[in-house]
Amino acid sequence: MGQPDPEQRQVVVTDSLRSGLSSRGNGMPYLELRNLTQQFGSQKALDGLNLSIEKGELVSLLGPSGCGKTTTIRLIAGFLEPTAGTVWIDGRDVTPLPPERRRVGIVFQSYALFPHLNVFDNVGFGLRAAKVPRRQIESRVHRALELVNLPNEANRAVFELSGGEQQRVAIARAVVIEPQILLLDEPLSNLDASLRQRTRQQLRELITSLQTTTVFVTHDQEEAFALSDRIALLSKGRCQQFGTARDLYDHPANEFVARFIGRANVFTLPFAAVGGDCLCLAWPSGRELRLRKPADSARFHIQAGQSCKLLLRPEKIGFEERAGTIRLFSARLLSYRFAGAWSEWEAEGEGVRLWIAHSGASPTSDGPLAVGMTKDLWVRVEDFQVLDV
Amino acid sequence: MSSPVRRPFTTAFHALILVLLLWLVLYPNAYILVQSFIGAGALTFAHYIEFFGSASEREALWNSLWISGWSVVLSGLIGVPLAFLFYRFDFPGRKVFAALASLPVLLPPLVGVISFLFLYGESGILSRSLQRWFGLREPLFSFRGAGAILFVHAYTMYVYFYMFVSAGLKRLDYTLVEAARSLGASSSRAFLRVTLPQLAPSLVGASLLTFMTSMASFSAPYIFGGGIRVLSLQIYNSKLNGDLEMAMVETVILASSSILVLLLLQRYEGTSKYRSTTKGARQPVTLVSHPLKRLLAGGAGIVTVAFLLLPHLTLFLISFAKDGTWTMEILPPRYTIENYARLLSDSSFLEPILNSLQMAALATSANFVFALVAAYLIVRQQVRGRALLGSLILLPWALPGTVLGLSLASTFNQNSLWQGRILLVGTYWLLPLAYFIRHMPVVVRAVQASFEQFDPALEEAARSLGGTWIYSVRRVVLPMVLPGALAGSLLAFVTALGEFVTSIVIYTIHNRPISIEILAQLRQFNFGSAAAYSVFLIFLIGATFVVSQKYLSDIGDGAVS
Repeated sequence: MGQPDPEQRQVVVTDSLRSGLSSRGNGMPYLELRNLTQQFGSQKALDGLNLSIEKGELVSLLGPSGCGKTTTIRLIAGFLEPTAGTVWIDGRDVTPLPPERRRVGIVFQSYALFPHLNVFDNVGFGLRAAKVPRRQIESRVHRALELVNLPNEANRAVFELSGGEQQRVAIARAVVIEPQILLLDEPLSNLDASLRQRTRQQLRELITSLQTTTVFVTHDQEEAFALSDRIALLSKGRCQQFGTARDLYDHPANEFVARFIGRANVFTLPFAAVGGDCLCLAWPSGRELRLRKPADSARFHIQAGQSCKLLLRPEKIGFEERAGTIRLFSARLLSYRFAGAWSEWEAEGEGVRLWIAHSGASPTSDGPLAVGMTKDLWVRVEDFQVLDV
Repeated sequence: MSSPVRRPFTTAFHALILVLLLWLVLYPNAYILVQSFIGAGALTFAHYIEFFGSASEREALWNSLWISGWSVVLSGLIGVPLAFLFYRFDFPGRKVFAALASLPVLLPPLVGVISFLFLYGESGILSRSLQRWFGLREPLFSFRGAGAILFVHAYTMYVYFYMFVSAGLKRLDYTLVEAARSLGASSSRAFLRVTLPQLAPSLVGASLLTFMTSMASFSAPYIFGGGIRVLSLQIYNSKLNGDLEMAMVETVILASSSILVLLLLQRYEGTSKYRSTTKGARQPVTLVSHPLKRLLAGGAGIVTVAFLLLPHLTLFLISFAKDGTWTMEILPPRYTIENYARLLSDSSFLEPILNSLQMAALATSANFVFALVAAYLIVRQQVRGRALLGSLILLPWALPGTVLGLSLASTFNQNSLWQGRILLVGTYWLLPLAYFIRHMPVVVRAVQASFEQFDPALEEAARSLGGTWIYSVRRVVLPMVLPGALAGSLLAFVTALGEFVTSIVIYTIHNRPISIEILAQLRQFNFGSAAAYSVFLIFLIGATFVVSQKYLSDIGDGAVS
């Protein structure tokens, strides 16, 4: 065969790693969680989770600690038996299968590298367990190590490696078995802040090049935004919303999603009147707020006497009148926080408090803003979103 | 944490371990407890009434209690200052002194006691020297009775205080002391209100352990008691006199007091964990810079260590003494290497060594296998009834050696399968069984620690990479826990080699262990041979400590991932 040049070898690597994955791409869900429930004693860690992930997709499970995200990937890997529900991979119910028969590669939060084995033996562990011929193990391990950019570290002890290197060995170990699903449990949490930024980018590129269906767990929304195609936001064992980062930000399904993703002003206002294509709400001060009825208003049962939850993102509020804006009300500025390109103001008016994100560079027409001032606030009516009734 | 995926055989292993524990640990002791209430085939308190009605029995109980209390005080008075001296101050030779201060651990109970006999006994080296020095007819002091017992206890048991407190000092979060000082506390106030409370768990732990060990102590009262009655000795004597009922009552009372202390210890450990919330900082060791103080500290170190080394050196010297030549002299007059040569060449001298090696190897192999399975079940499988499993395994640790000996001897003295009893008394097998039970807690604890040290994710990683349960056990679990299991087993092995207290209750002519042979040689005034056996034991134990220490530090290095 001769010695292939490095460029070529790189191609061979990805091809062979992809080979196991090139079955159908017919839009069928590749990894499917159906009504997954996990009970620990009296506590429900997962409560009827449904999730369909397509082949080659990179999905992150996002949520506060204790929301069930780690439980979910442990169920996918087969370390837990669900109290109810099933896990399907490539059209097959794998729920009764033990972990070793699922072909699910996992990169643990602690990396879980075997301290008594060197880098080569760690990466080759799964191949040896599968009784792959020795020569083949050698070439596949070396290819995997090249893939993660550690071509010369095969003989090192794992505890001599830096945190970032350990993580890459853990990734190589998980992908060398050509898994159907790759799971990453908080992959960046053990790295320091500066390394995290760089690793995030490399990780995204690496996973994209593998084209393996990947699920990764994080509690950091920035990480989820940067790494994934779609995000499943979990809370209290349930999936609150599953969609792209933009979906979650622009069209949050409920108050929890709205508050978890980015900063949110959420107002709960009673209906003043119902009728026509107009929602007429009242601020605590009694002043009215008229909104156009949302297109999907059929899902709400709107009646007088009820109240309505509204979302208004801080960056949608301005201090200047612009085309298409209406005057919200005038508010007193309570506090100020400098945040680089933006500054954040806390303001109070009509009996509510709210956050305003203001581009720091542009002063208003009547001079710089200062705490204690009373300013008119301007919004576009369509920037209000009805979260719930 | 979570319920892991079921592994095969768990239930079978669990059942097997539980049955073994119930049969070998619980049953003999429960049997003794029940029997102590049975007289002439009926339920009765007669034996207990007899016990508390007898002045000599009450005296034995009282002696055991007060001697143990004073042992705690004396051991604390030696161990705590030593820990502070060696772990708080820096002066020449500190590290060597700090290591040597745990030397008494290397003395098996009987060996320690006879080295004191050679040193401080009526015809001991030190006693005779002093007598000669002052030109007296009689020895200056008689090393007998409660005083002698307390001396031996303080010498051997201060190590608990020394080790616990020095570990506590190493853990101490010094930022707390700094916080107290910055809040205006003087250094003595900071010591009393901050340092000492943080050390309280170490002090209480060491106190209870010392109390328990002292209640169980047999060798010192046996050799030096001079007629003083203590409970552990009473059990042996009652059994020897054929008064089995009384022996049982004494056993129950001694065992329940030990178990009570164990429960207190566990409760205390459970309730008062002063775990610091922050990483904290270690206290910088104070460098002693004043030359006079340096000299004093170093001098104190040298004197302490010399005193601690004296018994080992004495045994070493006397192991070369020609048997039967040392009578009235301060030091043995004639020396020979015959004692050692005989140990290896003369089959009658070699036999006890082979017996001990064989029985210890048997018991320890069983310990090793048992501990691997039991610790795996307890730590990894989270099986139901884990707490019961844990307490049953811990029980032999709380039981004094004489108690174990008596309970086994009374249970396995006939063939009665439906009662779960088989005839082992008078056979070779009872003593290895006793060693197995006695050292079970040590080995299980060691393996348990190894299991707790390694990340459960390692096993999961092995499974998710396609390894079957057996494969992951073989390639990941065993390699990870083996060093700890070997270290624990080695410790059990050497302890079994020098075991005396249980052995003297149940040995037979066919499995006479080393310790019994030492006693026999001593009785025949063959001091040289007795000492040679002792040195041999000390050497084995020392070597084991070095080896296991290295193993343990290796695991420490490996677990950094």
